[in-house]
Amino acid sequence: MSLTQAVRDKLDIPDLVTGGKSLKDVTVDIAKPNEDFPTKLWWNTFLLVLTITLIDVAIIGYLFYEGLYLLGINNPVGWGFFVVNFVFWIGIGHAGTLISAVLFLFRQGWRTGINRAAEAMTIFAVLVAASNLILHVGRPWLGFWLFPYPNERGPLWVNFRSPLIWDTFAVSTYLSISMVFWYLGLIPDLATLRDRATETWRKNLYNVLAFGWVGSARAWSHLEIVSMILAALSTPLVLSVHTIVSFDFAVSILPGWHTTIFPPYFVAGAIFSGFAMVVTLMVIAREVFNLKNYITMKHLDNMNKIMMVTGLIVGLAYGTEFFIAWYSGNEYEVFAFWNRAFGPYGWAYFIMISCNVLSPQVFWFRKLRYNIPVMFVASLVVNVGMWFERFVIMMTLNRDFLPSSWAMYTPTLFDYAMLIGTFGIFFTLFLLWCRIMPVIAIAEVKTVMPQKEGAHH
Amino acid sequence: MYLPKLEQFHKYKEMDEGVLGIFETPEAIIHAAEKANEKDYKGFDCILPYPVHGIDEAMGTPRSGLPWVTFFAGIFGCTIGILFQYLTHAYDWPLNISGKSLNAWFAYVPIIFELTVFSAGIYTVATLCFLSGIPKATRRILHPDLTSHRFGLWIPKSAKGYNESEVVSFVKGLGGSEVTVVKPENQK
Repeated sequence: MSLTQAVRDKLDIPDLVTGGKSLKDVTVDIAKPNEDFPTKLWWNTFLLVLTITLIDVAIIGYLFYEGLYLLGINNPVGWGFFVVNFVFWIGIGHAGTLISAVLFLFRQGWRTGINRAAEAMTIFAVLVAASNLILHVGRPWLGFWLFPYPNERGPLWVNFRSPLIWDTFAVSTYLSISMVFWYLGLIPDLATLRDRATETWRKNLYNVLAFGWVGSARAWSHLEIVSMILAALSTPLVLSVHTIVSFDFAVSILPGWHTTIFPPYFVAGAIFSGFAMVVTLMVIAREVFNLKNYITMKHLDNMNKIMMVTGLIVGLAYGTEFFIAWYSGNEYEVFAFWNRAFGPYGWAYFIMISCNVLSPQVFWFRKLRYNIPVMFVASLVVNVGMWFERFVIMMTLNRDFLPSSWAMYTPTLFDYAMLIGTFGIFFTLFLLWCRIMPVIAIAEVKTVMPQKEGAHH
Repeated sequence: MYLPKLEQFHKYKEMDEGVLGIFETPEAIIHAAEKANEKDYKGFDCILPYPVHGIDEAMGTPRSGLPWVTFFAGIFGCTIGILFQYLTHAYDWPLNISGKSLNAWFAYVPIIFELTVFSAGIYTVATLCFLSGIPKATRRILHPDLTSHRFGLWIPKSAKGYNESEVVSFVKGLGGSEVTVVKPENQK
């Protein structure tokens, strides 16, 4: 037993990989879901979400053939569900980068068990978010107007002072950097799958996907540095993306939106909802793919703690908003918040408070942090709550300065279809990914295995 | 002053002809790399299933110089961000929006930041691909276990003082469990 292992035992630090696995066992266990024929459960779930996606695609087509009047949007509430979904999904994406980048920089070994799935979650969530951003403009075929490119319509450029353009740049940068970070980490694992493949078609597929990686120490040396650089670049990127998303609201002059608390409040909410989604997915993945030795209770415990802390931050933000509204002495600001809690959409406000502030409090108790059904339900509840948070923010629009321009927002069936469709697309992509690529970073898990630690120095 | 050195941008070299020794533990490969470095087999390499800490020191490989690429690419992206927004808004298409200055540069900050990060990230990864010789789907795989649980020491024919039988006995002496002489003609 190595000295580090002895110290770990003495301090009662749980192993990140349990079950006394060897290096080979790790490869075999993690590659298993990719090598076996899909189970019945996988097929059933996949067909269900694929159906939802296809229906969604058809509805989107119809929506653009007919026009956006089919949605519940009206004059004061001009954005509707699309932007609620956009902010919700981009928030989900943030936990992935947080786990892979921030925890990497802090040398948190436990991230290796969950970072791959969390990064994939980021990519798919950002894709779904970006699609909502494109769809909400109403004429998505003109979406390319958001990019500055030399065109024939005279000296015509995009307005770089508009938050919509900031969003375009922020989301596309985030998507490209996250994808590169994710794929770079996948290359060695895809090479592992390639070398294990027995059928020719599988070998050829992974041969192309693995880019010809052999595991040369020279290449590893570069790859390690680049992972660190990308982690260092992604960390401010996470903060900037949701900060910029919050600018969509905060740079307006609307009471309730025009506040400096929005950037940190949005970032905390994003991490909160993202971690909830990671917990949901990981609880399912460790059961379905039999990965309990790699995604241990310790991993889930850590994520639950983060969820609780970010939940408290979000709660503090809700309180601060109210306090500042009262303290500012601005009657419009006071009204906006009174209206949020006790106006026509007060029910949504209280769903938000009970889901986001009250439900994570169960994690104060160790017993509940280690209880799978409790954390699964709590993570779902938090996601519902975070969706409602964005809905509540949007509903600030329904009563602004002039009572004569007040109007209620009632979502139509098309709005609900768009919302359900986002989940369909996300889970279709996620399930396909689970089949083709390893759910856990094979190479990275090997670096934190307890019996290997003695070799590091 | 600390300046970039050429050795920091060490390139991956194709493994066509040479001797491959396979080791079972990370300790063994670090030991083997140290010995091969002492012997001064230029261009030798280790093949690892995961980044083994301490292998760079053992092999005598300098720390990667890629942060330099990131640094300059970041400056490049930042400059593009500033110039592009300034030139389009103040010169090519000046628009008076609520009486604000044409060069309202505070509003440019988000996009400058995004372009800096984008450029720094993408150019660094492109350089990594170039130096590591990826993508290349036709690459020869020396042994399938090397990406799973075993460790390889590769001494190429081009190494200084390469003598096949001598190298084979050297690798065997290090405790290599499987030692093979790789020739281009028996390529799979």
